[in-house]
Amino acid sequence: MTHLDTELQQLKDNLIEMWTLVKNQLSKAQEALFNNDKDLAREVVSLEKRVNAFELGIDQDCENIFALFNPVAVDLRLVLAIIKINNNLERQGDSAKGVAKFVIEFDGPFDKHLLDITRITEMFTENITMLDELTEAFEKEDGVIARKTFKRDELLDEINDHTTAVVAEYIRKNLENTEQALQILSIIRKLERSGDHSKNIAEEIIFYTEAKVLKHKGKDKK
Amino acid sequence: MHILETKAINLHYGDFHALKGISMVANKNTVTALIGPSGCGKSTYLRLFNRMNDLIDNVEISGQVLVDGEDIYSRRVHVDDLRKKVGMVFQKPNPFPKSIYENVAYGLRVNGINDKKFIEERVISSLEQAALWNEVKDKLNKSAFELSGGQQQRLCIARALAIQPSVLLMDEPASALDPLSTSKIEELIYSLKKDYTIVIVTHNMQQAGRVSDYTAFFYMGTLVEYNETKIIFTNPQNTQTQNYITGRFG
Repeated sequence: MTHLDTELQQLKDNLIEMWTLVKNQLSKAQEALFNNDKDLAREVVSLEKRVNAFELGIDQDCENIFALFNPVAVDLRLVLAIIKINNNLERQGDSAKGVAKFVIEFDGPFDKHLLDITRITEMFTENITMLDELTEAFEKEDGVIARKTFKRDELLDEINDHTTAVVAEYIRKNLENTEQALQILSIIRKLERSGDHSKNIAEEIIFYTEAKVLKHKGKDKK
Repeated sequence: MHILETKAINLHYGDFHALKGISMVANKNTVTALIGPSGCGKSTYLRLFNRMNDLIDNVEISGQVLVDGEDIYSRRVHVDDLRKKVGMVFQKPNPFPKSIYENVAYGLRVNGINDKKFIEERVISSLEQAALWNEVKDKLNKSAFELSGGQQQRLCIARALAIQPSVLLMDEPASALDPLSTSKIEELIYSLKKDYTIVIVTHNMQQAGRVSDYTAFFYMGTLVEYNETKIIFTNPQNTQTQNYITGRFG
């Protein structure tokens, strides 16, 4: 193992650790929302600082590798991909924190029926599965696993597209729950955006493993 | 048009098969870097283009080496004429034990040029092209050995340029120089590209990346991969190339 190999392995390990933390943040945010668990929500908000610290540390490590090792070919693509994955994971951490803040600020549990009709559980599950699959794809350097994310992201987009009408109908029938309905709408938007970040990560894994640039390409070309 | 081309070149030093069926082209006004581990054949390949290998005993060459479309190993070609067209710069600066001025003028004089004014103009323009003029214009009659290593190497480049070749061969031209002199040589290579076709042998991967348009990776006498430099250093197609440029070779 070369010195650069050791540095790259350390960088990968740090990224995986951050990945796990972000996935747990989303998971805890979901649990806090469904159980109206404000303590758990506060934990998510507090742990966001760790996500930010990971982002800064990984950025610094990448900068050092560029400056000291001049990576090329697959090594160069790995470091470039890690910089972008790092940034996308941090934004997903922000989404989890955003959900947790709604839980802390909202007085009382959310209406279970509202949670059902907006398919918010499905959105959380898809997001967490995407993060799991992407971690596996990154560790195994497998573009096929990474590509599963594109299909899942389409599902998130589809749910998001229907949400406005679903929430509007709910508000018409439950005027007293308008505030929580709007908050759920906002959470759905965050989860849809989080799916976009996962899609970006999948594109970076494919760039790293296959040297293909899929950004801004239509679905059929991926 | 390809200014340099080899077609199925095989070269043996006695029993040793140093170049194995190499076909490659270099276009006008480009820089091509030859990379590979020691003994891979890259310097031998470079020396084909000005027939420097002819000086070594027991060398056998088959295949074709074309410069400007002409087979330079044909009987019609005189080596002296070829070397006017194809200049060479070596790893270690090798100025003659003469003045700075005479080092540059030497090639012209041995080619029978005696016109003083013509020689003076060519010496100045060659030193300017080699980015050395400003540093030596007030001491042209001093010995070339008074110059620093980096200046001596640029003097050797000026000497090669004085006879106005169309091709410059460079065999690790900056490997014996400090970083500042290396950077000057690299800048020089970049600026010379508009007038010359350059082939450079280098062990420095970053240097190959910085100065060349095309890179050829040699290993054990074979040409493993040849492509645009930016492709070689971002997405090489061959695993051996990738292992070599990322330092994981062997």
